[in-house]
Amino acid sequence: MASQPKVTHVESFQTHPSAYKHWKLSFDGPIATLALDIQEGNGLRPDDYELKQNSYDLGVDIELADAVERIRFEHPEVKTVVLTSAQDRIFCAGANIKMLATSTHGFKVNFCRYTNETRCGIEDASENSGIRFLAACNGTAAGGGYELALAADRILLVDDGSSVVSLPEVPLLGVLPGTGGLTRMVDKRGIRRDISDVFCTKAEGFRSRDAVKYRIIDGSFPRSKWDEGVKKVADEMAATASDRSGPGMVLPEVTRPYRWVEVAHDDDGRVATITIQAPTSAPPTTGQALRAEGAATWSVAAMRELDDALLHLRFMHDTIGLILLKTTGDAAQVIAHEEALDALAGSGDWLAREIQLFQARVLRRVDNTAKSMFAIIEPGSCFAGILFELTLAADRSYMLEDEDGEVTVQVTAASAGRFPMSTGITRLGARFVGTPEAIQAALDTDGPIDAPEAFDLGLVTLAPDDIDWEDEIRIAIEERVSLSPDALTGMEQNLRFVGSENCDSKIFGRLSAWQNWIFQRPNAVGDEGALTLYGHPTRPRFDWRRT
Amino acid sequence: MGIDYSERIPNNVDLSGDRRLQRALEKWQPAFLDWWMDMGPEGWQAKDVYLRTAVSVDKGGWANFGYVKMPEYRWGIFLTPQEEGRKVGFGDHADEDAWQTVPGEYRNMLQRIIVTQADTEPASVEQQRYLGATAPSLYDLRNLFQVNVEEGRHLWAMVYLLHGYFGRDGREEAEELLARRAGDVDKPRILDAFNQECPDWLTFFCFTTFTDRDGKYQLGALAESGFDPLARTCRFMLTEEAHHLFVGQTGVERVLRRGVELAKQAPDGDARTLGGIRPATVQKYVNYWFSYSLDLFGSEISSNAADFFASGLKGRWQEMKRYDDHVALEAHVPMTVVENGVLTQQHVPMRNAMNEVLRGEYVSDCESVVEKWNKALEQEGSDFRITLPSTRFHRRQGIYADGHFDLQGNPISEEEWEAKRAGWLPSDEERRYVASLMKAVYEPGKMANWIAPPRRGIDGHTVEFEYVRV
Repeated sequence: MASQPKVTHVESFQTHPSAYKHWKLSFDGPIATLALDIQEGNGLRPDDYELKQNSYDLGVDIELADAVERIRFEHPEVKTVVLTSAQDRIFCAGANIKMLATSTHGFKVNFCRYTNETRCGIEDASENSGIRFLAACNGTAAGGGYELALAADRILLVDDGSSVVSLPEVPLLGVLPGTGGLTRMVDKRGIRRDISDVFCTKAEGFRSRDAVKYRIIDGSFPRSKWDEGVKKVADEMAATASDRSGPGMVLPEVTRPYRWVEVAHDDDGRVATITIQAPTSAPPTTGQALRAEGAATWSVAAMRELDDALLHLRFMHDTIGLILLKTTGDAAQVIAHEEALDALAGSGDWLAREIQLFQARVLRRVDNTAKSMFAIIEPGSCFAGILFELTLAADRSYMLEDEDGEVTVQVTAASAGRFPMSTGITRLGARFVGTPEAIQAALDTDGPIDAPEAFDLGLVTLAPDDIDWEDEIRIAIEERVSLSPDALTGMEQNLRFVGSENCDSKIFGRLSAWQNWIFQRPNAVGDEGALTLYGHPTRPRFDWRRT
Repeated sequence: MGIDYSERIPNNVDLSGDRRLQRALEKWQPAFLDWWMDMGPEGWQAKDVYLRTAVSVDKGGWANFGYVKMPEYRWGIFLTPQEEGRKVGFGDHADEDAWQTVPGEYRNMLQRIIVTQADTEPASVEQQRYLGATAPSLYDLRNLFQVNVEEGRHLWAMVYLLHGYFGRDGREEAEELLARRAGDVDKPRILDAFNQECPDWLTFFCFTTFTDRDGKYQLGALAESGFDPLARTCRFMLTEEAHHLFVGQTGVERVLRRGVELAKQAPDGDARTLGGIRPATVQKYVNYWFSYSLDLFGSEISSNAADFFASGLKGRWQEMKRYDDHVALEAHVPMTVVENGVLTQQHVPMRNAMNEVLRGEYVSDCESVVEKWNKALEQEGSDFRITLPSTRFHRRQGIYADGHFDLQGNPISEEEWEAKRAGWLPSDEERRYVASLMKAVYEPGKMANWIAPPRRGIDGHTVEFEYVRV
């Protein structure tokens, strides 16, 4: 029935407002407006689908993610971002169904993961950077359209007697809302679960009156008072935003080959190696110097490159199952950069703080990557501070116990809470959830830690000596890539996200696990499945057995 | 079954046997009357109008004439009699028993179909509410009001279904039907054609010819529905709808006849010199309203249309009479689509093409109307002929909405469209001219100068009959 599902080839994850096809970004003092104006024929696979009804694909979300990052770094004057539509009567119809139905399973999951990261990024910008987001739904917000609105702090819907908010995935497509809609309804907005149940099974959604009544949205205005009403709310929200005075930092395109990050992949062997190089010169120590270096400063550039590399590995190298994380260079410089940045942030420089928040997001992107990761700590490496977090993010870490004790790791204050995981706890906290005293012991270390000590402190998984090292690593890699990739993804996600859950972790963990499963089931994607048959002349036929 | 007029709400559905429904509708009734007083014919509510009222759904019994003040019109609920053992006629449930209650799995779909249809009924009353002030004759004024009260009755028919079968949701939708307003920026009607202005009688005649004819085909498709109460409601509505089409078709024809007549009398051969409307102007109004009405059928390729058919809710025109294959899973429909600005042929699965199939029936019906107009032009000795534009011309919905096409349906550039549209659609100047002719004539038997008298009156009366007591 359906033709062979396809992978979307993504040329680049880099873009710029001047190159946006689908979003219109404009500024009016403290208010930025991001208006969705999808160009139907300009999807990433235009032969396979048209982006009707302001529906989106990955290309649209790459632009959205870019816009949010640029507002954070380049536009400190912005206090409220209004997410709206430039099209008539439709805010956004969510992810394009034809795109989903013609995509490989792996692509769908990667797409959902990326869009979730973008929406969590919006919430992070509000919570930590104090930039307010207002979803001004000037037309129907369906499925992913309402989920996008849910990522904002407040949601308005035009009251015109026909525009609705809805999550029609279950009744129409036999799948779940894929970008956190279910979780955000009950966990973020605190909407009653029985009301949510009604809402999520009612394909045509709620108009503004019922939506306001059940707090599915925050308010509504008729069309004639819409612009004025949205402006008023945006201004009110701006008054609650953080003060981010002083200039920002322009984000140039991340180009390959990278400056600080090297990626080597052996697609046949299903292994990639990411090597991050330490900074080679002293850090900027004043706000002015930081801005003079701009996005070329190591703290930003290296992390942007790592971010880009992860996305390429996820989308373009789906057979790679294992990433070896390596570092090289002078650990003292890594720490110097980290301390300088922290001092600036401590003195109230919003940009320094913004950079730290960005680093935290990239580290979370590492946590949320569905590939096995081993940190390889060898001579010449520099797993210190923020880079030490990578060893904690990895599923395992291997540290060479050399005779001279020159191979070291170093724990800094960075591991004490600056880079929380999606669950809100630190990676040290996740590692030592059963032995909290070990967290303090690690933080109490002062300076470089050699392999035996690191092993004793539980900071590395194994510390083979010279004699065993090569074989140990080789066998570990070969064994790892021989295991079922599905089972590994599931196992790793279970083990990585230790401790209690929060909204973010549920979105990535629980929801994506269920969505993953449902997306694979015949009831969705079989020949008679609801997703397969959406838009076709035949209606779906379900296997009624509950699992 | 006869209609019980002793009830507050006339009906043939044994309303008094269903106290809950009766109470709900009796609660809605004052809201409807408020709406009628607010949005119904402006300035005519206290006048006696010679109207027909249905007294029974039997043949011949549905048209009972007499003077009525419109707010006292007996709006009610009339269904054609239930057919014993009726089956679902098409789709995935073909040959199963027709549903007498709403099937849960199709509840939302069915509600959407009914609400969309229902919304058009009060909309046209709102669009036409000022036309009484410029009626070309008492005969036409009466026809306008007949159309209006019947659209009001059609609203009742749909509201009965919403109240009777869709619970609280249905009642709220029924309230919304009275809250939306044609052309209102804040609460517009659902479909675009029903938000357009109806400022003059030529527009009214085109609207009743083309837009009400869409109603005929939508009702026809729903009259095939496996949801029996909907089918029975729509069947009776179709009988009433026929009069609206008659008003439109004969109205346009009379404008054409008079235009030709005046052109012959005019020294310069131009009907306008003597205050008539040129057939060329009528052609532009036809282009405008035909294309707007085509939009109402929905997109040419539609998953909703496929779902509606598959689920047995909405069939084809005369599904049971004219088709053999009621499952329609194998058949394909050839369709002209636009690819990169070029027209190409594509074969669309029949179910996804149901909107287009219905639109095709509609277009042939419109063609036969145009033939009648052209016969009239011929009789009057005119060489002018009205033609229908291509179904791609001037569309805002469906697969042709993004491009520009000429009257023959050839793709043209935006520049060419802008340069030529004034020759194809009524210009502001033409609209102003038509508007300038709109002066009321309330003397029995007299006609405005721009329109020919009808061939005969209503209910056996002469044209001179006092159809409205002014």
